[in-house]
Amino acid sequence: MKLHIDIKKKLGDFSLQVKSDIAGERTGIFGESGSGKSTLVHLISGLTEPDKGEIMLDGEYLFSSRKKINLAPERRRIAIVFQQAMLFPHLNVKANLLYGYKRCRAENRHIKPEMLVNQLQLQPLLERGVENLSGGEKQRVALGRAVLANPRLLLMDEPLSALDDTLRFQIIPYLRSVSEKFGIPYLFISHSLTEMQLITDHILEIKNGLSLDETTPEQLARNRMAQSPNGYLNLLRLSSPRREHGLFAYQWGKNSLLVSAGEQAAESLFELSSREIILFKKHPEAISARNLLECTVTEMFESDGRIGIVLSVNGEKLVAEIVRSAAEELNIKPLSTLFAAIKASSFRRLASSQD
Amino acid sequence: MLLTHEDIVSIGLSMKVALTATALSLPFGFAVAWLIVFKQFRGKVLLEVFVNLPLTLPPVVIGYFLLLLLGKNGWLGHLLAESGIQIIFTWKAAVLASATVGFPLLVRSIRLGMESIDRQLIEASRSLGAHWYDTLLTIILPLSLRGILAGSSLMFARSLGEFGATIIVAGNIPGVTQTIPLAIYDYASSPSSTAMALSLCLVSVIISVTVLFLHELLSRKLDQARAL
Repeated sequence: MKLHIDIKKKLGDFSLQVKSDIAGERTGIFGESGSGKSTLVHLISGLTEPDKGEIMLDGEYLFSSRKKINLAPERRRIAIVFQQAMLFPHLNVKANLLYGYKRCRAENRHIKPEMLVNQLQLQPLLERGVENLSGGEKQRVALGRAVLANPRLLLMDEPLSALDDTLRFQIIPYLRSVSEKFGIPYLFISHSLTEMQLITDHILEIKNGLSLDETTPEQLARNRMAQSPNGYLNLLRLSSPRREHGLFAYQWGKNSLLVSAGEQAAESLFELSSREIILFKKHPEAISARNLLECTVTEMFESDGRIGIVLSVNGEKLVAEIVRSAAEELNIKPLSTLFAAIKASSFRRLASSQD
Repeated sequence: MLLTHEDIVSIGLSMKVALTATALSLPFGFAVAWLIVFKQFRGKVLLEVFVNLPLTLPPVVIGYFLLLLLGKNGWLGHLLAESGIQIIFTWKAAVLASATVGFPLLVRSIRLGMESIDRQLIEASRSLGAHWYDTLLTIILPLSLRGILAGSSLMFARSLGEFGATIIVAGNIPGVTQTIPLAIYDYASSPSSTAMALSLCLVSVIISVTVLFLHELLSRKLDQARAL
């Protein structure tokens, strides 16, 4: 998928100016609330007309003020998944799912309803009214409805922000399947770095209506480490838990980690702030933290005066954050060996495989 | 209950006039409400004022305007007369009078229904490949049904009670243009016909209550269908 955007739009006092060439299949549009992300969704989908510029998708003009082209939304084949699922309340789940499919030309119907219903596990919901669905079910149906329209591009406008944490992380694998199983490229719009890290490969950042350079979720997380309230958020997939002294002992690659907020599930996703990791130059003699990991510094980066230390723990990546004076005092350099101490209560469980 | 043959004709005519006026106005009311709610265009305020004008004008004034327009020397009446169509002093004139007076009530109710539709539902429909007219028929129309129902009930009830415009433009001809309110007016003029007038009043009450019941019943059915 190649999306070329070079547009300007003024809405009252707010002005949006975006210039970017997006080539990835899983691209994020990242920005704070009010930065212009949703306006961009409207402009790309044709629901709002830009004042000036051009939008091209795979070589076809969707909009060009110079050539006086403005394709109607229904001709763009760009589906949207909204923040609130926006299911049609007078139609049941099945009719909602088929709404776009029926309007899609026969030659473009590559994704069949049966495939999608199986993939998104929608079979038990098909005959139900949409008012009776839970938030997560609604969002799965909305995703299915958009995918079944067989779009060239899917715009996901903060589809997880109305859900609680448990539901949010249940839905993420389904969102990823849009590109992995059905081959539909998407633009995922969000202000959550964690979501960006889990769902996208490339990111276009928008700040105060202006697009910045394209980056990766990792680079963005590093850039925002100092200003973010939780620093850099490490995402850890931990498996095979067993009970040990009232805690959960998880496998993390070749390492073992003790976690207090665990669950008996084959695999769980945990969040760990870079600020919850204490680094030691030598093995400490006695320590209350339940996890002490020997690690090697692979990389160091700076974020607004704070130093990010990228560690390798038996091949697993971990990012710790310290102040410059601490880095100098401990003489931390790439390839230094350090000990990382992490309290069992520092891990925050986001989701488990059985959820 | 005392009802003469003419009274029964009046009741039938009232029902016919109210039903026809409501049915004829519905597509126009829906289209005007859609324009006002979903479209931005120059002169929108003028359209709104024009649609709501019959609410503020005395019905007699509306009747008089219709008479000027549809009379033999009127702009439209002249054209219709050439085609052999007579409107004034027929039941059709009563339909026009009722439609004009009730139209703003119909538009207001449908408009309220349309305004409660989340715009993102319409955007979702368009992004899923629906043309604007497809969205209109498959999303806006079904989601406006409550408003349409409320508007139709209001308009039907208003048409049943229409007096001022009707008497000017359709006259008060027993068996031809005499609706229930006109018949009651005749009875009320004669002190010996109190029982007859009261009988027709009772019929009016029965029809109105039935319309309200039907409205509530259909509204509940709609809600139940949505909840399934």
